Amino acid sequence: MPSEPKHIVTSFEADLKKLRDMIATMGGLVERAVADASAALLTRNAELAAHVIENDPAIDAEQHAVEQFAVRLLALRQPVADDLRHVIQALKVVTDLERVGDYAANIAKRSIVVNQVASSFSLSSLRQMSMLVQQNLKSCIDTVGEANPGKAIAVWRADQMVDDLYNTIFRELITYMMEDARNITACTHLLFIAKNLERIGDHTTNIAELTYYAVTGENLPDFRPKGDQTSAYVHNLNV
Amino acid sequence: MSTQAAFPAPFAHSAAGPVPRVSIRNLNFYYGATHALKNVSINFPDRQTTAMIGPSGCGKSTLLRILNRMYDLYPGQRAEGEVMIGSQNILDPGLNLNLLRRRVGMVFQKPTPFPKSIYENVVFGVRLHEKLGKAEMDERVEWALTRSALWGEVKDRLNSSALGLSGGQQQRLCIARSIAVRPEVLLLDEPTSALDPISTLKIEELVDELKQDFTIVIVTHNMQQAGRCADQVAFFYLGELVEAGPSSQIFTAPRERKTQEYITGRFG
Repeated sequence: MPSEPKHIVTSFEADLKKLRDMIATMGGLVERAVADASAALLTRNAELAAHVIENDPAIDAEQHAVEQFAVRLLALRQPVADDLRHVIQALKVVTDLERVGDYAANIAKRSIVVNQVASSFSLSSLRQMSMLVQQNLKSCIDTVGEANPGKAIAVWRADQMVDDLYNTIFRELITYMMEDARNITACTHLLFIAKNLERIGDHTTNIAELTYYAVTGENLPDFRPKGDQTSAYVHNLNV
Repeated sequence: MSTQAAFPAPFAHSAAGPVPRVSIRNLNFYYGATHALKNVSINFPDRQTTAMIGPSGCGKSTLLRILNRMYDLYPGQRAEGEVMIGSQNILDPGLNLNLLRRRVGMVFQKPTPFPKSIYENVVFGVRLHEKLGKAEMDERVEWALTRSALWGEVKDRLNSSALGLSGGQQQRLCIARSIAVRPEVLLLDEPTSALDPISTLKIEELVDELKQDFTIVIVTHNMQQAGRCADQVAFFYLGELVEAGPSSQIFTAPRERKTQEYITGRFG
């Protein structure tokens, strides 16, 4: 994308930059929360989990700060065209980021319970899923700052792999539960954790869609294939 | 800059689209040796409001002045191309200009009331074109002032001087004077730039009302006004039509980079 000429009013230019920086700050907090929550689960670190839970209000506060600033921009600057689209993107992206923060906190809470239960099975699929989700989230937050529609599409498509992994984990965990009823507590929490990661992937695609719209003025098509097929799997099991 | 690409559906001839009241094809205009409008093609749909925006000197006011042949008053100015209002090319040298100016009314940036009574201001144009009796004339005055949202404020002082009205009232009186002759097209050249915010909103509300009866073309430097008032917006730059389209599209996702840079305040 060729760079846009700057606005004649420099304070407006500065306001738009500040908005981008605020989203980057919030994005950084959310990335950190997801990374720490995953690490807390995989390394059985209750202290780190508690840290993620304690930090969630900071993410919420950042969301409110961005919302207030964006509303002020709308009221005082009356942005149009790409400026308007970027302000709207900011307002919606922070809602997605806030939800991602909530999912991270939920993963952290559940990790504390899971860590108290001795489990004999592998978490490698969850590790892989968590890494992929974090990688997509980081790319996605980067696209907001870079205003890169090509990268946004790549992230949007990459969520398919997250969905595939979720389906795999779902089957694995059900197998563990069927093998030994004592696994049910841990596996149920792990199932919710996997679902949380899958939902983080969905919010990541939302952010990618918003970035694509903000930059191009066009919407991505609605028909991105939804990969969560676990409901069909449950149906097949006749549960 | 492609005028062809900047010619989306609402402005194109189409059985499904709005009927154009004014249809301009390959219009060029010259102030002596200066080429002020370059190959402009655009339609102004019937009973809709079209706003023309662009930096000073881009040709938008020139285009407005062509629509009622005001440039005829100045030597050395000439227009080439086709400007159809209904089935008539108004650039035709044999055209009756008095009749044209009855069909195309114009309101200017600053209110231009005549130093006469409110009543006389409204009937001034009507008297040139129609022979009406007292009752019919009174009826026309009431109609024009009502349509201009001024009747309630002036009905008890129709014989007072128009110069005693406020700026916003004077501008609405000028609109009443223009519509009293029942034109097809109403041209508004920055009609609110000299008015306070409340008077501005009254004129904008009026524009919304008037488009039920008239085809309105408004030149404005106020982007928000263009967005609020107009069904279509046309962006001009250096004498060329850069882009024309529905207001919602122009102000959320303009197709042309130059339009985006102008409306977002990156040049102009």
